Amino acid sequence: MATPDLLIRTLPMQAVPPDWPGGYWWHWLFFTVVLIAFVLTMVMAVIYVERRGLGRMQSRLGPNRTGPFGLLQPVADAVKVLLKENIVPDKADKLVHWLAPVIAFAPVLMIFAVVPFQNGALLADLNIGILYVVAISSVATVGVFMAGWGSSNKYSLLGAMRNVAAVVSYEMPLVLAVVGVVLVAGSLSMNQIVLAQDLPFILFQPLGFLIFFAAGCAEINRSPFDLMEADQELVAGFHTEYSGMKFAMFYLVEYAEAIAIAAIITTLFLGGWRGPLLPPWLWFIVKIFVVFFIMVWTRSTFPRVRIDQLMAFAWKFLFPLALINLFITAIQVLIWPDALPWILIIVNFAIMGILILLWSKLFKLGWGRLEV
Amino acid sequence: MGLTAAFWIMAVVAVVAALGVVFLRNVFRAALALVLCFITVAGLYITLSADFLAAVQILVYVGAISVLIILAIMMTREVQQGSPSNRMKLPAFIVAAVLLGIMIYTVTKTSWQIAAESPLTPTTAPLATKLFSESGFILPVEIAAMLILAAILGAIVIAREK
Repeated sequence: MATPDLLIRTLPMQAVPPDWPGGYWWHWLFFTVVLIAFVLTMVMAVIYVERRGLGRMQSRLGPNRTGPFGLLQPVADAVKVLLKENIVPDKADKLVHWLAPVIAFAPVLMIFAVVPFQNGALLADLNIGILYVVAISSVATVGVFMAGWGSSNKYSLLGAMRNVAAVVSYEMPLVLAVVGVVLVAGSLSMNQIVLAQDLPFILFQPLGFLIFFAAGCAEINRSPFDLMEADQELVAGFHTEYSGMKFAMFYLVEYAEAIAIAAIITTLFLGGWRGPLLPPWLWFIVKIFVVFFIMVWTRSTFPRVRIDQLMAFAWKFLFPLALINLFITAIQVLIWPDALPWILIIVNFAIMGILILLWSKLFKLGWGRLEV
Repeated sequence: MGLTAAFWIMAVVAVVAALGVVFLRNVFRAALALVLCFITVAGLYITLSADFLAAVQILVYVGAISVLIILAIMMTREVQQGSPSNRMKLPAFIVAAVLLGIMIYTVTKTSWQIAAESPLTPTTAPLATKLFSESGFILPVEIAAMLILAAILGAIVIAREK
């Protein structure tokens, strides 16, 4: 990917674009096209990784039979979905039903606007970068809601309501884990956060990383947190009544969100595009695949949690740990700014181990008062 | 030029969406119009160089408050028929009209001052200094936090089963 370095340097990178016409709009056009192509290609690649990974881990035979190395599986999936008839329920709120996939997809694509592919190679280096990501990703919930309501189907509605419960609960530990990173980096801008990582922040924020990973997986409803589309209980959750291209959009959203979370984890905790030898953008993509592979791994090996376990895990486990992590990070940044990194890393890993052990002993579900 | 166009587009969409909130019979669609209104207001903040405020507007109003409103609508029975009418129509109209009159009067009578300096960018650090420094608004911020905490505790007490 040739990066118009010259273009970027001549541009004042602000939230307010300079008036048109000028260099800004070429920059905008270039990165928009690249981002859309990137997301769509990555979705295909990631579906391939997931199908093959799941196939290997759960002894499913299918996905390695289509084409060489099963490479045609994403194509087969896409063609199958595109050829299906588009069915809209009779009593559906037609407009809302039609708009929902679009509203769900747009924010996910917009997240990538602030993700740096290499130094300065991003659509907009907002100085509120990570806050923008958190804000924009919260809009996607509205799309899920619209799908659940617009279908006028009880399973869709229940799926959508479970989604809100999960998203609202897991947003807190997620954001608190991000704040820990922001404290260490001293900036909200994604590019600055990457530049601040001479050592990846996963070493300084091991607890924050685990919290972000768990909360992120819950936020995008991947197994073991995929309660909103728990097949045995809710058919397919909020997209029960979707078929054809509109279902494909939701499928796309699901994987684009997974890539977005992987990209954010890469940027915040794994040093983004930084790495030796390989070109920066390649490092970035490799790290995304590594994070996504861990997601596939957790998905294929953990059973799905119950709804009360889901809520208890967010409020009684992740939330207090995220608060303590933030508190400890703040103390370290204030009192110990010049400490040797290796001492900090050892201390933080020790704290993580102790806290997780302690909390797993204390973790209880509703004092035996289970009324689900 | 670009900024003026952006302002007018967002202003018109915001007003139309706000009217939609009031006039749409379908409560769910009214809530969606409210979401659109919030987003365009965030857009207006961006044209005013208040990027932090815009992000927080979307995070809090679209991500949290609208979601709670929609959740409440979903839990309401027989919401499909639209909002039922009752005898409060006339008093509500009078109160709304008086409020509108007061606001129009205030907006037209105030002499709005325009700062000669160009706006601060980035705004995040100055906002934080203003809110949390010793000479800033640390006391009101803490009081607001206590108020919200008290409200949450109150909600728990009310909702708890006997």
